[in-house]
Amino acid sequence: MSANQIDQQQLLKDEKDPLTHTPVHLLSLESVGKHYGSIVALTDVTMAVDNGRVTCVLGDNGAGKSTLIKIIAGLHQHDEGVLKVMGEERKFSSPRDALDVGIATVYQDLAVVPLMPIWRNFFLGSELTTGFGPFKKLDVQTMKDVTKKELADMGIDLRDVEQPIGQLSGGERQCVAIARAVYFGAKVLILDEPTAALGVKQSGVVLRYILQARDRGLGVIFITHNPHHAFPVGDRFLLLKRGKSIGYYDKKDITLDELTAQMAGGAELAELAHELEQLGGHGDVVKEVQAEVAHTSESLKEDSPRHV
Amino acid sequence: MTITQSVTKPPALRDERLIKRNPFQKLLARPEVGALVGAIVLFVFFASVSQTFIQPNAFATVLYGSSTIGIMAVGVSLLMIGGEFDLSTGVAVISSALTASMFSWYFSMNVWVGVVLALVVSLGIGFINGWILMKTKLPSFIVTLATFLMLTGLNLGLTRMIGGGVSSPSISDMDGYQAARAVFASSVKIGGVDVNNTVFIWIALVAVASWVLLRTKVGNWIFAVGGDANAARAVGVPVKATKIGLFMAVGFCGWVLGMHNLFAFDAVQSGEGVGNEFLYIIAAVIGGCLLTGGYGSAVGGAIGAFIFGMANKGIVYAQWNPDWFKFFLGLMLLLATIVNLIVKRRADASKG
Repeated sequence: MSANQIDQQQLLKDEKDPLTHTPVHLLSLESVGKHYGSIVALTDVTMAVDNGRVTCVLGDNGAGKSTLIKIIAGLHQHDEGVLKVMGEERKFSSPRDALDVGIATVYQDLAVVPLMPIWRNFFLGSELTTGFGPFKKLDVQTMKDVTKKELADMGIDLRDVEQPIGQLSGGERQCVAIARAVYFGAKVLILDEPTAALGVKQSGVVLRYILQARDRGLGVIFITHNPHHAFPVGDRFLLLKRGKSIGYYDKKDITLDELTAQMAGGAELAELAHELEQLGGHGDVVKEVQAEVAHTSESLKEDSPRHV
Repeated sequence: MTITQSVTKPPALRDERLIKRNPFQKLLARPEVGALVGAIVLFVFFASVSQTFIQPNAFATVLYGSSTIGIMAVGVSLLMIGGEFDLSTGVAVISSALTASMFSWYFSMNVWVGVVLALVVSLGIGFINGWILMKTKLPSFIVTLATFLMLTGLNLGLTRMIGGGVSSPSISDMDGYQAARAVFASSVKIGGVDVNNTVFIWIALVAVASWVLLRTKVGNWIFAVGGDANAARAVGVPVKATKIGLFMAVGFCGWVLGMHNLFAFDAVQSGEGVGNEFLYIIAAVIGGCLLTGGYGSAVGGAIGAFIFGMANKGIVYAQWNPDWFKFFLGLMLLLATIVNLIVKRRADASKG
């Protein structure tokens, strides 16, 4: 356990209501925008990340989620707006820059090298060494022990840290990646669609690790297109659509149904129901979609969620 | 939200779900095991068909032949594990030798000056290969094929322009020649058998490369950039520097072999070396290095070179027609690649 994580725990204890009373956000974006040549990928996105809180970024394919995390992770630079880390304006020129201020990203493809042993993957890029000068060598035993212990702390009991990471299941690999970020003192953890390729049970396991990372005092950014995964773990929700923010809510201001409706868009659902009917879709399915449309438009009318 | 960290029990020393593997099974999981089995089979085979093959003198010759491939195979293996390959190695060896000899001859300087300059040139060729590759993101096949052609032309053209012939002028009477020859191309008597220096250089290079690969940061990076360069970059591995460094390591090996070629004969044919690059790649592949990168070992490349040396000389000692040699080489390459493929499939097999 490294020192800065303990600091975070301390910080958390002193906090009264971190959502409103933190002096500065751990990470914040103000009206951030990005374009690739003539293509506008992201405009006017505002969000914040705090210690021990999960900020969910929701959106369909092509909504700009990837662009957003690439900016935060240092793979791309934003063209408009301000990115602040602990209140200080920053622009990252490489993933290393972002890592240095404690922003770690667990990518969809996990950034693991399948043929390499688990412990080598765990320490890749931040290897422990002993000895001096040209005889500096890897501290293999310590690295293996730490890997085993850190993964055990996350609730994964591994058989053998020497096996290639490619042999692990998707959920387990996800956990190794999260455990790695936590161990290396990440303050902000970005998870890019961690549940996208997983089954129901595995997704549940990963969601539990997200909460564990949160309880350790990390600020988590959870990217997903599944509101059912986002809602149970999230504290804040940023909804993206076609590169624009279509809503930014506190958990207390929104329900799962509203979130789902916002994501799908009531009008689009109605259109889908119509289309299915025309195609001679199965009666039950059409009814189900129609019911959903009626339900969501109702709940939207009742009280449109307040913007944060 | 609990803040206290739950105390975890210390990891058990042995996990009951792990079947204790005996050393033999552990050996089977190593990348070079296929090559090792092949080498043993080949050795037993040639030993049984030829009396001369197992005599110390003949064996020293086999080792020498293996070392001239093996020295390059060290660098080429590392590069292949790093996910790239180099077609310019064969002629780059000759470029290095020509640089040393032409420079010392033209300026009438101590040959050591030429030797040092050749090292700079060799490392430079490696650097340029790597740098162009990283800048353009072209496949290494294209970039090094271009370098191969350019170096072939430069070797011939410059040698004729400076020396006026197709081979470099003899430098045997120049200052420092004897000393350089003693380092790069002499032999040591061991038990009444002359063993060429290159054998020791080869073994030393393999040892250093193995240590770097398995026990240093850089080794970890080499596996990572070959296994998945994007993943490596995302966790902060300097991908460009690692790959350029690997090309330079190949350059270094080329320099060592180039110096041997020069001082073993005192002159170099400018048209030599074409085609040798494939021998080095074959040695690495037979030794269990995956063509796609991320898997392999330096020892494997050495065993691959040894197999090559045994087959090459063994056919002569068995008094067969050497015409068949290339056929055996091709067959071994095919078998080795199939074994590698099976290994990779097994490693990739995810439990879901």
